Amino acid sequence: MTDINSKTPASKLTIGGNIYNAGNARDFKTGDWRSAKPVFIEEKCKQCGLCFPVCPDDSIPVNKDQKREDFNYDFCKGCGVCAKVCPFGAIEMKSN
Amino acid sequence: MSIRERLSGNEAVAIAMKQINPDVVAAFPITPSTEIPQYFSTFVSNGTVDTEFVAVESEHSAMTACIGAEAAGGRAMTATSANGLSLMWEMIYIASSLRLPIVMSLVNRAVSGPLNIHNDHSDAMGVRDAGWIMLFSESNQEAYDNMLMAHKIAEHKDVLLPLMVCQDGFITSHSIENIELVEDEKVKAFVGEYKPEHYLLNKKEPIAVGPLDLQAYLFEHKFQQAEAMRKAKQVILDVAKEFEELTGRKYSFFEEYKLDDAEVAIVCMNSTAGTTKAVVDSLRAQGVKAGLLKVRVFRPFPTEEIANALSHLKAVAVLDKADSLNAAGGALFEDVTSAMYVSGKQVPMVNYVYGIGGRDTKTDDIEGVYKDLLEIVKSGKIDNPYRYFGLREE
Repeated sequence: MTDINSKTPASKLTIGGNIYNAGNARDFKTGDWRSAKPVFIEEKCKQCGLCFPVCPDDSIPVNKDQKREDFNYDFCKGCGVCAKVCPFGAIEMKSN
Repeated sequence: MSIRERLSGNEAVAIAMKQINPDVVAAFPITPSTEIPQYFSTFVSNGTVDTEFVAVESEHSAMTACIGAEAAGGRAMTATSANGLSLMWEMIYIASSLRLPIVMSLVNRAVSGPLNIHNDHSDAMGVRDAGWIMLFSESNQEAYDNMLMAHKIAEHKDVLLPLMVCQDGFITSHSIENIELVEDEKVKAFVGEYKPEHYLLNKKEPIAVGPLDLQAYLFEHKFQQAEAMRKAKQVILDVAKEFEELTGRKYSFFEEYKLDDAEVAIVCMNSTAGTTKAVVDSLRAQGVKAGLLKVRVFRPFPTEEIANALSHLKAVAVLDKADSLNAAGGALFEDVTSAMYVSGKQVPMVNYVYGIGGRDTKTDDIEGVYKDLLEIVKSGKIDNPYRYFGLREE
């Protein structure tokens, strides 16, 4: 992957800002856009599986046993959809 | 042997496009450029070309389709005029900033309003800062020749900028002139195949075109465009040289007509240069040392070269077929005077706005300009540098 950052001189940038490498969304951590943060309260969670499919940013990791784990805050933008769908109050929105 | 024909400017452009045989043409009809996609679509229907012709619903879509096609890795062309170009405006900037070498035929017409369909250069002047290479054509032959050179310039790896070939609406677009065409197979060999390094349909290299470009990057990308425009100058000359080898017809940034030993000269673009040449000849017959500098390459603007070519003159008039409405003269005048000032060349200069909305430009008008210049030389005074001709005033 071409290493481009805010220090790269003009002559080293691709033209038009073109990106010649696919699958690089992982390198762009969008979690810092967040103003509110979902907090996972594990003891209330029944592992019903309603929260992770609604996450637009795939920020709720699911392990091999089909159980959800704590949030991936690198990409969570704090939209709060997961907290809304949780029937057990296992996700609470807090100020970031 | 080249082919002798008689064609209108629009026919000449359509035939150039037929010979180039691009992958995609997307266009929407607008006077006076309508005939170009009209003729071209008959070539498509007859199977003379294997171009995908996209009959879009607006000029905005025409340019958008060209952008998509070019980014995908194809060669895309379009044609438009005046308000058609205005409707493309948003996408004109996208095309150049994404560095897509789209080629457009711009048949110059007044941008309404009030509503007018006749020739002036207000459409072209509206996009002079949009990052497109802009070539102007005096005659049908030049419109054709510029089209043949267009892709070699635009697609060059040092350039990668879109390019428009301008000609005067109706005056050349609808007038039939003798023309010398290059044979199909020679055009094919000259223009060559388009082989972009990066393109969207390359399954071996998935890429993203046109991503968000915020404070940390846009400045550098604009600088890259400016650099490409600077580098385009050499490429334009190189391509012209190759074209001369093919056809014997010589092109440069501008044409100097009896300028070497001239004392007074006019700077202008497109068909007015033809009228001016006739006046130069008749003035020369009377012993007046009149000359002409006809700008062919308006973007990139050949500042140093123009300043050098004009430096020996005693007075110069720059003719603008579009009023910048800025109380400070037309766009060409601004560029020429700025080139002179920066190069440290001091020549008395005046600006004439003329021909607006298709107002006829007669030899008498041009002769009047040369007379004014001779008066300036004699008196050494310019009372008002921002002038008009052909305008009814009290």
